[in-house]
Amino acid sequence: MLKFDNVSMRYPEVGDVLKSISFDLARGEMAFLTGHSGAGKSTLFKLIAIMERSHRGQITFSDYNLNRVNSRQVPFIRRKMGLIFQDYKLLNDRTVFDNVALPLVITGYGYNEIARRVRAALDKVGLLGKEKKYPLTLSGGEQQRVGIARAVVNKPLMILADEPTGNLDPELSAEIMYLFEQFQQVGVTVLIATHDISLISKMDHRVLKLDHGQLVAGG
Amino acid sequence: MKYHKPRHNNNRIIEAKKKTKQTSSVGGDFSDKLRAYRDLHAHALFSSLGRLVASRLNSLLTIIVLSISISLACSFYLLVVNAQQLTEDLEVSNQISLFLRDDVSLATANRLANGIKLDPSVQIVKVITKEQALKEFEAYSGFGEAVRALEKNPLPIVLQVIPKNSLEEGQNIETLVENFKQAAEVDFAQLDMQWVRRLQLIIEVARYGVILISVLLGLAVLFITGNTIRLELHSRCDEIVTAKLVGATNGFVQRPFLYSGFWIGFFSGIIAWFIVTVVMLVLKHPVEKLSSLYNSSFHLLFMSFFETIVLILVSSLLGIAGSWVVVRLQLQQLKVQ
Repeated sequence: MLKFDNVSMRYPEVGDVLKSISFDLARGEMAFLTGHSGAGKSTLFKLIAIMERSHRGQITFSDYNLNRVNSRQVPFIRRKMGLIFQDYKLLNDRTVFDNVALPLVITGYGYNEIARRVRAALDKVGLLGKEKKYPLTLSGGEQQRVGIARAVVNKPLMILADEPTGNLDPELSAEIMYLFEQFQQVGVTVLIATHDISLISKMDHRVLKLDHGQLVAGG
Repeated sequence: MKYHKPRHNNNRIIEAKKKTKQTSSVGGDFSDKLRAYRDLHAHALFSSLGRLVASRLNSLLTIIVLSISISLACSFYLLVVNAQQLTEDLEVSNQISLFLRDDVSLATANRLANGIKLDPSVQIVKVITKEQALKEFEAYSGFGEAVRALEKNPLPIVLQVIPKNSLEEGQNIETLVENFKQAAEVDFAQLDMQWVRRLQLIIEVARYGVILISVLLGLAVLFITGNTIRLELHSRCDEIVTAKLVGATNGFVQRPFLYSGFWIGFFSGIIAWFIVTVVMLVLKHPVEKLSSLYNSSFHLLFMSFFETIVLILVSSLLGIAGSWVVVRLQLQQLKVQ
């Protein structure tokens, strides 16, 4: 599903951020990406989401060579990924329903289909009945669930989460992680960037560890 | 302890997943998609209008600036159109006026007129006596009192010569005038058309001026709209980034801004029409009073229905174009972070 082959990334101001990273994530596999801050987690995340392009090496997602795709293809590849962020990136002037519906609206679904799918997604994350609320009236954990619902509503091949529990207390974090496990169980590939070692150790999944831009474990 | 037990159970999620798989083809049927596309545009159309209303002061200022620019261009245009109408009235008078010497008697004048009539290139010759000329002058010049105060009628006898239509253009008419000038009785021969032609050329120049000014003001409209859209773009940057991260194409992101540009141009066009119409209404009375002094049938021309439609259409298109350029440039620069 996701394959890194000797990927390097260099920023002119900072120097090498990722050095010859290689790993392979199978379909339906769940893995954590960990390492100290500045180890290159966010950069790796950005490479997968095609927010940056690598300098060397190949990144393959599904059938796409991410180094070769042109900017016209990028939105359509992103629709196959569910991106989840530490700061949720919700639109605070829109209701929960509208936030979750955004990827479907972008894809061009009809209203009935959108309403059905949004409810299904909100049901999965346990927020059914809060469609009409605004994100800022919800707790942090609930906001992240909205973010997750938005990520999965388009039935992505892979969920990509960048520090999804960074702003949450341990109990809520565990709930969120459990949600990810459920998506993995129905065949979605899940990659979670986190530095929450205690949480990772409680769960039995592959751990990719980055240290100063190099993959030191799990590759 | 591993971690906190969940509120919902696995089975339900798996079932829900199965259910959606069963019922949905990719994105529903075609008519559903078509409806979705239409809804998307309708939503962009009205939500952009809503945002315009929400940022009242900002959009109002822009629209006022734009409508003043557009109304300036329209006013110049109407100025030229009206001036043109003035020369259209005059175009028929391609006549030659022969002012005779003061000492020429009416009998000599008539003899001369009969002689000129024989010229094959002349259609009509009309003799205006001193008395007729005085009467006309009193009636139309507005200097009647002054003329009456004079002891002697200062006006000469005039022969009005209207050449045949075939002579209207070119050298022939000039040679005719030259011939008339040779006659001993003629003090001064004047081709009336000459100044009309000069005026027409001046108006022609003014017309090019209007085109140039319109292009410049059109560019101003383009850039002012662009700048307004740029501000809106900046204030909605987060929204754009989020939309792009969940797979929005540039077209999707662009759409609401194009509609914003449309609304700005549309309203500016309507207000510009309003401004021009008010200006013309203010001018209408004095201009008609002035033209009545010249006994002219001159009526101030307003924007016609067709011209108004074109005005609103062009200003709307300029709004869309300005917004398109800015959004394209900004989206290229915007790096999704």
